[in-house]
Amino acid sequence: MAESMCRTLRDGSLEGEQAPALTIKDIAASPFGFHVFSHVLSQLSSFILASKSQSRGIVIVAFSRSPSFYVDLLKRRGIDANSTHKWIQILDCYSDPLGWKYQRMGSGNCMDVSHETSSSLSRACKDVKDLDKLYSMILELGKGKFYVNLCCCLVFLNEINEMLRHSSTPTVASLLNNLRSHEQISSIFWLLHSDLHEVKVTSALEYLSSVVASVEPLHQTAGGKRGDLENLSLLEQNFGKGKLQVRFKRRNGRVRVVNEGFHIDQSSSNFTSVLSEDGLVNQINQCLLPKVQFDLELSEKERIDRAKVVLPFEHQGNGEPIHIYDGRRSLTESKTEATLASSGNSQKTDSGEGEIIYFRSMSNINHGDSTDDKMTNHNI
Amino acid sequence: MENRALNLLDEALGLGYQTDPWPLRGKVVLIEDCVETSGCFVLHQLLKRTLSSQSPNNTVIFLAFSHPLSHYDRILRKLGCNLVAQRENGRFFFFDMLKLLCPDEKEGRTGKGGFISLYWKIQDTICALPENNKNHVTIMIDDMSLMEVAAHGSSDHVLDFMHYCHTLTSELGCSLITLNHEDIYTSMERPAFMLQIKYLVDVFIKAEPLATGLAADVHGQLTVLNWGFCNVKGSSNNKITNFHFKVKENSVEYFYPGTRT
Repeated sequence: MAESMCRTLRDGSLEGEQAPALTIKDIAASPFGFHVFSHVLSQLSSFILASKSQSRGIVIVAFSRSPSFYVDLLKRRGIDANSTHKWIQILDCYSDPLGWKYQRMGSGNCMDVSHETSSSLSRACKDVKDLDKLYSMILELGKGKFYVNLCCCLVFLNEINEMLRHSSTPTVASLLNNLRSHEQISSIFWLLHSDLHEVKVTSALEYLSSVVASVEPLHQTAGGKRGDLENLSLLEQNFGKGKLQVRFKRRNGRVRVVNEGFHIDQSSSNFTSVLSEDGLVNQINQCLLPKVQFDLELSEKERIDRAKVVLPFEHQGNGEPIHIYDGRRSLTESKTEATLASSGNSQKTDSGEGEIIYFRSMSNINHGDSTDDKMTNHNI
Repeated sequence: MENRALNLLDEALGLGYQTDPWPLRGKVVLIEDCVETSGCFVLHQLLKRTLSSQSPNNTVIFLAFSHPLSHYDRILRKLGCNLVAQRENGRFFFFDMLKLLCPDEKEGRTGKGGFISLYWKIQDTICALPENNKNHVTIMIDDMSLMEVAAHGSSDHVLDFMHYCHTLTSELGCSLITLNHEDIYTSMERPAFMLQIKYLVDVFIKAEPLATGLAADVHGQLTVLNWGFCNVKGSSNNKITNFHFKVKENSVEYFYPGTRT
């Protein structure tokens, strides 16, 4: 399902339609949105490098991580970093978002602590509060490099929250809407820490998205208090893994919700995307089982013995020809069985463990259901 | 070289395995405490550890919003670290912020006073360091709740300042260690400021009382969430640790629950 998210972004938009938008949202109790985001970014990068994507490049708007961080991230994920300048452009809103460093440089007292500004991949933005300028810079970066069909991946790490801190919700929503409507943008995605904002703000951003991926803890604390350390075992269970709920909105208005689990092996590298849904359910069930002294599970021997018990059905799958009872031919068979039983001969099977012999009642011959209302005789 | 035994806190922070590069390099550490159980001692321990002779290139820039230098000097002397001497050696820079009051927003933009000029002071201090020490700077803040007071309650100003400090962690490999008080925000329905800081951190240390109440031999428990723990083999992994502590006059004892009678 994480893959279908990536495919949605990869396929981009149809002519005359808005670009698909993905919101990845998380909360402090399960702050793994960035790992999901990294996974999506590296997948999209692979698609672009393999020319499988509608877009030819990525514009990253970096709010909470430095531009070099993204290059390192892609390197760690095995994506060719030498060619990155051909398909990645980074708008650096991280290094000096309010122009403090720039002001200091202007006063002549400065040091150039920032190695980021000199990077060929990035361009610095020194006033993140000016969203109009931000919009035009994003488009310039895309146009200058990729000409057509760019994929604009807005990386508001932490930090569409950061934008919302500096600007009002309507202006941020307007920026996102304008970007989605721009014909050169094939897809867009962002990360949101949903617990930093009121529900109405989160909802407004979700309305702008065609796909919403919510990162949630596997186990909620009883009080639902975020970051609650009171229950250490719960904390341990949620540490490094979580649940991903993805909501796809189709063109026709249909909404599909899918759940998946994920776990993170190593913070720097592998986001193992997903367990199967069954796997997750099993894992959850295992975690939910109370730790008791007695064993609720069957051992292997017990499982085999249980499988050998002959149940009172006609089709045992024990190697003998299977006769499907049709309700007509069994008069003679019933007589034979009755004779055997009355003579006290029990039928032995290879299992040697036990068997249940049942006699079909004559009164049931005309009934369709062969498993109900049988006279049974347990002969051990 | 100083021969020292590792304690549980050092192990949880990954400080035992290597000193160069400094294991907390480029990381943000948040210590969170409450009225019942102070987490100041963790800050003191980390200050002492950072300035230890094992890491001669380390430099500390200390932003003190809650106590004067004499307070820290007395405590650190008992722990075996002379802050005044370290200051004279150019390894410890103490910024007394007790009387800092940020100007209003218009004046603040010019950089005269407030957090902008504080950031510039930090930047200039790092700039003036010898080349070997520039990449081994630890910025310590005691404590963040008083930064909000200095900013007239504007958490946005504090967050802006924290963001700029965070850029130093990625650009120069500085470490950022801060103390904050959890219970100040407990009545808030959505403590956005505290949560925002939590999203920044790589290591989260929480000091809290025992769930079972007060005890003579146990002063509280520490829970350490280390998102980028480096083990002996150099591979990085997440780690969560919980242990008890007892603060003594000259040291702190750390031990796992149930190991003390």
